[in-house]
Amino acid sequence: MEKFYFYTKITQVELLGRIARNVKELLEGIKIVPSASIYHHTHRFLQQHQYFSPEHPNDFSYWITMNLGLKKLGEKIAAVDIMKFSDIEDLRHAFVLILEDFIKETPRLRSCIPTEEFRFLSSRMFVLPTPFVARNLEEFLDCLKKITIHSLYFHVFEARLRLKKPDNDFSCWLRNAGYIDLAKSISRLDVYTYTLEGLRKKIISLVNDYLSSFK
Amino acid sequence: MKSKENIGSIHKTIDAYRPIVGDEAIDELHIIAKKLKGKSIQNINSTSFGGGVAEILSRVVPLMQDLGLEIWWDVIKADARFFEISKRIHNALHGVDISLSHQDLKYFIEINYSNTQNIKRWADIVFVHDPQPIALIKKKRKLKNKWAWRCHVDFSFPKASVWRFLKRFIEKYDVSVFSAPSFSHRLKVRQVLIWPSIDPLSDKNRELPREFIDNILERFRINKEKPIITQISRFDYLKDPFGVIRAYKLVKKYVDCQLVLAGGGAGDDPEGKKVLEKVKKEAAQDRDIFVLHLSPNSHLEINALQRASTVILQKSLREGFGLTVAEALWKEKPVIASSVGGIPLQIVHKYSGILTYTTEGTAYWIKQLIHEPEYAKWLGKRGRLHVKNNFLITRHIQDYLLLFLSLYNPGDVVYL
Repeated sequence: MEKFYFYTKITQVELLGRIARNVKELLEGIKIVPSASIYHHTHRFLQQHQYFSPEHPNDFSYWITMNLGLKKLGEKIAAVDIMKFSDIEDLRHAFVLILEDFIKETPRLRSCIPTEEFRFLSSRMFVLPTPFVARNLEEFLDCLKKITIHSLYFHVFEARLRLKKPDNDFSCWLRNAGYIDLAKSISRLDVYTYTLEGLRKKIISLVNDYLSSFK
Repeated sequence: MKSKENIGSIHKTIDAYRPIVGDEAIDELHIIAKKLKGKSIQNINSTSFGGGVAEILSRVVPLMQDLGLEIWWDVIKADARFFEISKRIHNALHGVDISLSHQDLKYFIEINYSNTQNIKRWADIVFVHDPQPIALIKKKRKLKNKWAWRCHVDFSFPKASVWRFLKRFIEKYDVSVFSAPSFSHRLKVRQVLIWPSIDPLSDKNRELPREFIDNILERFRINKEKPIITQISRFDYLKDPFGVIRAYKLVKKYVDCQLVLAGGGAGDDPEGKKVLEKVKKEAAQDRDIFVLHLSPNSHLEINALQRASTVILQKSLREGFGLTVAEALWKEKPVIASSVGGIPLQIVHKYSGILTYTTEGTAYWIKQLIHEPEYAKWLGKRGRLHVKNNFLITRHIQDYLLLFLSLYNPGDVVYL
């Protein structure tokens, strides 16, 4: 069985100097900012507020709802199922379609008050090794309990969408090791609806259940 | 009795932060710092004491040295005229309508250029802080090293002429750093966001013995049995002390509580003195309002007052980053603050604190939090976690290390 090396990541946030005051400007920005910016705005909340599930899962939805007061549009943007996408460009396109539809149907667009503009950010990821290595499922379970939530985040979220791997790192490794069902059950999780600690618990319980089924 | 002299001090090495942020965070700092081995780093600013920049450098530089980095801190030499001009530049960046003559700007550049001669040792990475030494960038062409410029001030609404003047220097740097998204502008140079931070081991934030806190309350004749509402800030109109008093009076109709308004800033500031006098006058009729004008080094007193508080306010009308909010959250206190400047970055409404827009709203939430201590406690706990994850000095150091590494590692994903 191939070893699983746990990595972790640290993020550097960049300011793009671009702002949006209304939906039209938001759309223009979403169309042209780098994909790292779309990724940042759809994943920032997960990392910064790790101890509760945020009401608005992405910055676009938060701003549209809170600063423009457009609750229906905000909810539509919030409901975009990120799990469905394995490419940021497709995710970007999903936002573009919703915003274009809204603009077509809305004769007059409202603007936010000054100082509440949407500010486009982006991020760079620095990947670091950790001391944790698993050679079998028992060790994998043990490591899952000890790694930081940043490491968990890296292997589950970054791997798939940012590093464009076919699946999250855990499922890829488990599948290669022959644990097909376990790989599938981790793959099937809607990871965006958990807090990171909640997600850790869920994966641990799946691995635990799998191991006990053989005892 | 625990007095200020005998509560001891903590020797600060990077490892002293392990119990607070965890081994992983410190181990990661060591891993990143190793990647900078062989690169020297030089900080340059305009003063070695007083002000936020000197305060943060005096903490960050020794800790980075402790991580094994070759890092030092230089201060430019300048005269009173230069500082008078740079003060006006500073005010213009805050949107104040001031004039700067061609001669002023010429002198500002001349002093910078003379400092390029005075500084004898240059590092691989030159990290310049704030506008005063910004024109040192002239030296880059000769040295062919990496240069970063860190803006610590609120850059949201700068005067156009001063912005144009500074922009031509900023764009010569390899990277610029701002403290909040609202401070950024369209620039040809890469812009990185690095939030300021608090030091959990500083006198202002460290844990204090209960006895010491009680002693401070006793000294100021504050009743520890009655709810205490506190705002720590300079006596400044922009911190809205009168709005705080109005909110307290609305609460006082229903809840027997006390108000503490504590801070400095009235010493050599004529406006501060005026505000302090007015606040004292406003508070004179109420024995439950404590207006405490403290000396600038009253960190332990401020710490104790925050820890003794039931609710902490930051009802500013305008704010830079507003780190007093992070300081209060770190002490697990429920905080009610205005949604201005960097405060919304520190408080997520109803999750890690309360954001308000009006005096009435502030009063409403003070009552709620006094009447619902469990919810207040819940908010405080989440606030502390948010600060732990985002606003501690160790995160600040990590961001600086990444900043330096990013000068040599382009690309969205960097494997260390």
